[in-house]
Amino acid sequence: MSPNQAPSLAVQDPAGERAGRDAEPAVRLRALRKAFGPVTAVDGVDLDIAQGEFFSMLGPSGSGKTTVLRMIAGFELPTSGTVELAGRDVSTLAPFQRDVNTVFQDYALFPHMNVLANVEYGLRVKRVPRAQRRERALEALRTVRLEDFAGRKPSQLSGGQRQRVALARALVNRPRVLLLDEPLGALDLKLRQAMQVELKQIQREVGITFVFVTHDQDEALTMSDRIAVFNNGAIEQVGSPVEVYERPASAFVAGFVGTSNLLSGPAAEQVIGRRGIYSIRPEKIRIDADLAVPAQAGETSATGAVTSVVYAGATVRYEVSLDAGGQLSVVRPNEGPAADALRLDGSRVRLVWRDEHSFRVAAGS
Amino acid sequence: MTTTTTPPTPPTPPAPAPPRRARTLDTASSFLHRTPRLRLGLLLSAPMLWLGLAYLGALAALFVTAFWHTNTFTGEIVREWTLDNFVTLFTNDVYRTITVRTIGIAALVTLVDAVLAFPMAFAMAKFCSPRAQRILVIAIMTPLWASYLVKAYSWRIMLSGNGVVDWLLAPFGVDSPGYGLTATVLTLAYLWLPYMILPIYAGLERLPDSLVDASGDLGAPPWRTFRSVVLPLTFPAIVAGSIFTFSLSLGDYISVRIVGGANQMLGNVVYDNIGAANNLPFAATVATVPVVIMLGYLAVVRRTGALDNL
Repeated sequence: MSPNQAPSLAVQDPAGERAGRDAEPAVRLRALRKAFGPVTAVDGVDLDIAQGEFFSMLGPSGSGKTTVLRMIAGFELPTSGTVELAGRDVSTLAPFQRDVNTVFQDYALFPHMNVLANVEYGLRVKRVPRAQRRERALEALRTVRLEDFAGRKPSQLSGGQRQRVALARALVNRPRVLLLDEPLGALDLKLRQAMQVELKQIQREVGITFVFVTHDQDEALTMSDRIAVFNNGAIEQVGSPVEVYERPASAFVAGFVGTSNLLSGPAAEQVIGRRGIYSIRPEKIRIDADLAVPAQAGETSATGAVTSVVYAGATVRYEVSLDAGGQLSVVRPNEGPAADALRLDGSRVRLVWRDEHSFRVAAGS
Repeated sequence: MTTTTTPPTPPTPPAPAPPRRARTLDTASSFLHRTPRLRLGLLLSAPMLWLGLAYLGALAALFVTAFWHTNTFTGEIVREWTLDNFVTLFTNDVYRTITVRTIGIAALVTLVDAVLAFPMAFAMAKFCSPRAQRILVIAIMTPLWASYLVKAYSWRIMLSGNGVVDWLLAPFGVDSPGYGLTATVLTLAYLWLPYMILPIYAGLERLPDSLVDASGDLGAPPWRTFRSVVLPLTFPAIVAGSIFTFSLSLGDYISVRIVGGANQMLGNVVYDNIGAANNLPFAATVATVPVVIMLGYLAVVRRTGALDNL
């Protein structure tokens, strides 16, 4: 059976070819650099993305993550370095010569074609016979639950529906790698959360490697198998969501993924007992109004004064000014009476956390 | 705390009365503010008068005159209704030939302009920096600031025997086309090219780059992307440009006199009947032909959405 005739969207290749490819990562970037005139957008990126992985590139705008994605797609050619897809060097190939498809931030649906024609476009270009391409396009539309909208024009769809058409249009080609450029950025919060779940589910179903660009840390944490955190055109850390969140490699990662809660200088020396920069997640810290209780073994504690209490419904955030200097945020679930939490404002408290929850990070930017 | 009422404010001293003139103006402007329809009517009255009298009135006069005729002895206009002029126009082979020739020239000019303008507009819209784009737009408009006659005569000089065109084509063993229909098409295409480039450029500017990216991403080679995405989406802009090049060519009679050799276009027939033949009604009859052709053309292209691109 040729790949074109496979009934489902999943990549179905002859076993031999598949085994040969599995040895290679789906995407391999080596010393990738991109300069636009005097500005270096991407500065020496090395990255391996495994077959079938849901991989996120996370970073603030201007950190180079989208440029890396565009170099994988072929819209930008690297200034130096290489892009390999399944072991094949594609660094200088045009987009139409690469076995990847992209879901664009603005969806980029062709306004003069209806939904079905949009989804069929890639197959039509590749001269897939009419009946077969219709069947596959409808199948892809079923995957994104839009089969009833085949005759509509993109302008007659809502944002979320356009997003799903863009996804179907890319998936129908069964690319080796699917690139997603902040695809949920234009959707409102509820829809975005629904689409996160749906995207992850579709990825598991079709088994295609997803490379997902986002600046939203929650999105990256909830959806990804692994995350690369970008800053200033370089990767600060690559790891699973748990690794990146619980053990950020640098102060930048600690601050960008989650809330920055850093202790440094004399404060660190006094509280932790060593020099350096230490990060503690705000929800790992316990608040004790009773200053007399001594810290137990394996725990670190510090005293201070609560300078503000912010009530956020499900959680309450406290800002605590430490006696040793420095400031820590503490986030607690809103479990007791809310009035008790608010009453802590201005009072002296003891902060307690397990030793392993404060960890040293590289200075970074 | 028992009460939160504010203390009574001290009475403000009466403001000095504004001068009489300012007060009248204030009254007038607040009156206009309250009557938006009157305001709109006043603002539009001058342009509407211009459009109604000078433009539509002239067209109506032309159309009415087309049904009159002249006294062959005195040369005076006889205001009697007759279809004689139209019968002459449609039955005389000369006029039919000239009409077909004029439409053919206008169509060719439009085609040449579209083919020349598209790559130019594409390069401007998609590859040039904003600064280069501004400079190029000005460069394209510059010829429009020069006299029509000067440009037409410069083509006459270039196309003359041993002229620039001869010299350029000599290495290829080709002669200058000389004066004739080819020269007319070339000259008109040169004259109206800016009117084609600018709408196409505007249309391409509105075409999101991501659509071109998406087409390539889905496996379409550049030619396919052009045919399936860029061309269909900019077609209305091309048609918008063609309205200019086509109608301007239809009505032209000067270029063909300067570089067209002995050939005539509809405009020449109109001109000769106003001047030498002193037959204003027949001139009016001939002049309705381009108007009718353009109305038909506009009716056809309206459906492409080209009129929204003007």
